[in-house]
Amino acid sequence: MQVPAAFEYAKATSVGQTLELLAQWGEDARVIAGGHSLIPMMKLRLARPTALIDINDVAELSYIRVDGTDLCIGALTRHAELLASPLVEEHYRIFADAEKVIADPLVRNRGTIGGSLCQADPAEDLSAAFAAVDASVVIRGAQGSRTVSLTEFHVGPYETVVEAGELLTEIRVPIRPGGGSAYLKVERRVGDWAVAAAGAAIWLDGSNGDVIKRAGIGLAAVGAEHFRATEAEAFLVGKPATDASFAEAGRIAAEHSNPVADQRGPVDYKRHLAGELTARALRAATARARGQEA
Amino acid sequence: MQITVTVNGESHTRDVEPRLLLVHFLRNELGLTGTHWGCDTSNCGVCTVSLDGVPVKSCTVLAVMADGKQVGTVEGLERADGLDPVQQGFVQCHGLQCGFCTPGMLITARALLNKNPDPSETEIREAISGQLCRCTGYENIVRSVRWAAENEAKEVTA
Repeated sequence: MQVPAAFEYAKATSVGQTLELLAQWGEDARVIAGGHSLIPMMKLRLARPTALIDINDVAELSYIRVDGTDLCIGALTRHAELLASPLVEEHYRIFADAEKVIADPLVRNRGTIGGSLCQADPAEDLSAAFAAVDASVVIRGAQGSRTVSLTEFHVGPYETVVEAGELLTEIRVPIRPGGGSAYLKVERRVGDWAVAAAGAAIWLDGSNGDVIKRAGIGLAAVGAEHFRATEAEAFLVGKPATDASFAEAGRIAAEHSNPVADQRGPVDYKRHLAGELTARALRAATARARGQEA
Repeated sequence: MQITVTVNGESHTRDVEPRLLLVHFLRNELGLTGTHWGCDTSNCGVCTVSLDGVPVKSCTVLAVMADGKQVGTVEGLERADGLDPVQQGFVQCHGLQCGFCTPGMLITARALLNKNPDPSETEIREAISGQLCRCTGYENIVRSVRWAAENEAKEVTA
């Protein structure tokens, strides 16, 4: 039987109360929501927080809404809720694509968006999806709140800029009309972490919508810096939206990724997947931008 | 710490350590051993129970997190007039072999039909995709859930 080490526990009902408890219990306290990363780590004693602050009842953190020109997702939103959201369907199908391949329905019922981002696993799908669409996160602490771009959010594997005493409260994604987005993942078996995955968002321009105005590419599990293929994105701007452009973007994305060999596959295979999935995700996103695919 | 959890409609108050997992609370504190305990790593899903109506893996939920909440286990499925249609479906279609995954499968099936009374085979397979049948008896599990959906629909129209 796997049993976590002992800890203090309190349920918070507001962000204010959560921050007070974090201040009171110090840097070895952890916030818990879905718990589907933290509890397994505690069972294995890879994590030994001295106290847990349960935010499952902090209702103010559970929402998906449009605020001005941003799609806003509360940190306590469950994966299942993001998957089922009509706003996601309307604006950013990349999130629904990613959610369909994250773990399984039971885990998605419990796990949260904020928790996944803060866990900062290098193979985490939403980090790549959010990176592709220029998301930022809102972090609140005793001194107020700050907004951090996703490209500055991850410090390294399992490490983010969220400091002791702070709480990630919201993810904001700019809504840019006229685009399309998609996410593709190769996994060893259903519900597993990615061998490699790529998300793409694309906005078209020109008289026939055949020139790329803007592109975003996110990569998971292949060691892309900040989960993002910046060089491939830059290459695409102003290029024709053709398979040849997407293939070249894939080649660039693969070149700049830095996968490590593990039980999910060797370096060459992962790098190949990074390129191929980038090209395919760009193709799917473009089809959606053109309304060519259901 | 003291918690009060409503399990299958009945309120239970116990003094527990915060590190106690919900699956062990149900089995060891309340004696409800219908909920099984399998991989302990939120992979196999035999420990699935409903928490405020939503199926979750109870090996990855702390008992204290269920304080003030409604938990549903296989013991609570039976109705005043007999077995729940999902239970009947598993009987009719041979939906179990060793029975280890069955309580979790039944809870997920019940939750699926509550949300979607007429699920396709694909939707059923998706719903149970977080649960492992060690006998690999998935074909009959899917048939059992379809049986339940069809017979529940007849009940409603009857």
